[in-house]
Amino acid sequence: MTPPSPLVDGSLRPDLAVISEWIEPGSRILDLGCGDGTLLDHLARTRQVRGYGLEIDPDKLSACVARGVNAIQADVDDGLKDFATDSFDYVVLTQTLQALVRPDLALTEILRVGRRAIVTFPNFGHWRVRTQLLMGHMPLTKSLPDQWYDTPNIHLCTVQDFEALCTARRWTCVRRSLLDRALRQGKRITAWPNLFAEVALYMLEDDT
Amino acid sequence: MSDSSPPGVLPADSVGVVEARRIAIEQPLKLDCGRTLPRFDLVVETYGRLNADASNAILVCHALSGDHHAAGVNSADDRKPGWWDNCIGPGKPIDTRRFFVVSLNNLGGCRGSTGPNTFNPETGRLWGPDFPLLTVRDWVRSQAMLADALGIRVWAAAIGGSLGGMQVMQWAIDLPDRIRHACVIAAAPKLSAQNIAFNEIARQAILSDPEFHGGRFYEHNVVPSRGLKLARMLGHITYLSDAAMRRRFGSELKLAAPSFNFDVEFEVESYLRHQGSAFVDRFDANTYLIMTKALDYFDPSRDYGDSLVTALRQARARFLVIAFSSDWRFSPARSREIVKSLVEADRDVSYALIESQLGHDDFLMPIPAYHDVLGRYLARVADEQVSA
Repeated sequence: MTPPSPLVDGSLRPDLAVISEWIEPGSRILDLGCGDGTLLDHLARTRQVRGYGLEIDPDKLSACVARGVNAIQADVDDGLKDFATDSFDYVVLTQTLQALVRPDLALTEILRVGRRAIVTFPNFGHWRVRTQLLMGHMPLTKSLPDQWYDTPNIHLCTVQDFEALCTARRWTCVRRSLLDRALRQGKRITAWPNLFAEVALYMLEDDT
Repeated sequence: MSDSSPPGVLPADSVGVVEARRIAIEQPLKLDCGRTLPRFDLVVETYGRLNADASNAILVCHALSGDHHAAGVNSADDRKPGWWDNCIGPGKPIDTRRFFVVSLNNLGGCRGSTGPNTFNPETGRLWGPDFPLLTVRDWVRSQAMLADALGIRVWAAAIGGSLGGMQVMQWAIDLPDRIRHACVIAAAPKLSAQNIAFNEIARQAILSDPEFHGGRFYEHNVVPSRGLKLARMLGHITYLSDAAMRRRFGSELKLAAPSFNFDVEFEVESYLRHQGSAFVDRFDANTYLIMTKALDYFDPSRDYGDSLVTALRQARARFLVIAFSSDWRFSPARSREIVKSLVEADRDVSYALIESQLGHDDFLMPIPAYHDVLGRYLARVADEQVSA
């Protein structure tokens, strides 16, 4: 999946804006799949955050380097082993969880490396997704723009599924934010999150 | 400097005709081996112009067999440009329109800097085997004295591949306030047993050549050419990947049938013999011994309780670490050791893994992704000076 552009009309995409509000100033973060480094750059300038991005694509890595963002060329699936336990305040994974080989193992690694994990993913329980499945087709939505045959998404889940995994692994959900297709919050989402949230944002801790 | 080149002869992005300079350092240099050089010379080439506050200087550190002639040509009809000409020049990654680039022949070298093939003032003889064995730390000290002589207090960046990258790391650790950026390319935090083993065979080839004469071969008017040639042949095997050798040479016989003798029968034999012979004409056997020992001794963590993290905590520079996927001499895993330690030491670092074919030698090649990331990194370094 090609993630949506991190900047919308020159300002930070709403989901990234939520994430940056969650992050305490001066903390040390690791951004997995950091793209062109927009979030890290924003956090460095506005919240004195220090950190590194992990990015596999050489052009995006080069873009990070050009703007002075620390970026390490590595794969999320095996790149985390080089980082020491609890070496970051936050490890951020935006819109990539569903494309990983083993999201559960990745989250375990993320919660080893970071004190807290910030994870976002498209909610597969959204009513548009359900409607299209009812009509007999794999869904195509703003958050899930790829066809079934060329999508990198191999482990999609709903908000309920994700929270069930967190409960089973005893990961604490410190914060949650659910956004609609315009990446905004709303009353309908609060009432029926699994039906109306298009993008889900979580901050997790592993207290075990 | 490109102004001095005849029009239409050299490409527009060449630094043009360059001339080496000899810088005399008239101060003693205490070496790690315990001995002291009372004075020494370093031969340098420079490209571009030093700005008024001397803030745009880049140090280029050479690898095992490199020298000061990194870019441009030595005369208008010189067909062979310097060893890193594809990377240094106007509009190239190390952009001489913005930077003043200093490239030297290291102490102990054989291209004009004080080394085993120069005269020892105390004895009036060529140094030969009496020249002290050196460490990367010694080179950094000598390069700092060179910087003083050139009026450069702080390097905007130091850049080097292989053994050159090791010098850059040592700079960042030993003299943290004199280097703002460190570009460490195709290097390793220290040599592996396998690396040292290859160096040892190379040295034994030289030391056991009857014409080595304990390093005093100059006085016998001979050169230990067989040993030096073997050493270089061995080196070249480690500079290329298996796949690159396969592609370039195959394993087909040059003739239709085997000749059942020890003449050149395969392309790779002819390549290695050619590389070996060409090297003997331009390199000094004693220098080869010194350079390989400096490689073997390199281990910046040794001074810090064998912790690379503690060593790198001394550094203040921002790092760009680059590795090549087909390099097995100093593989990407070795570069990642450096990156891992820098992250643990809470230092600024970016790491690029370049998809490559050739092997270790790729650090000298104009691979687009490589030059792109290095060029963009350095463009930012140059911008910093403008805004500072």
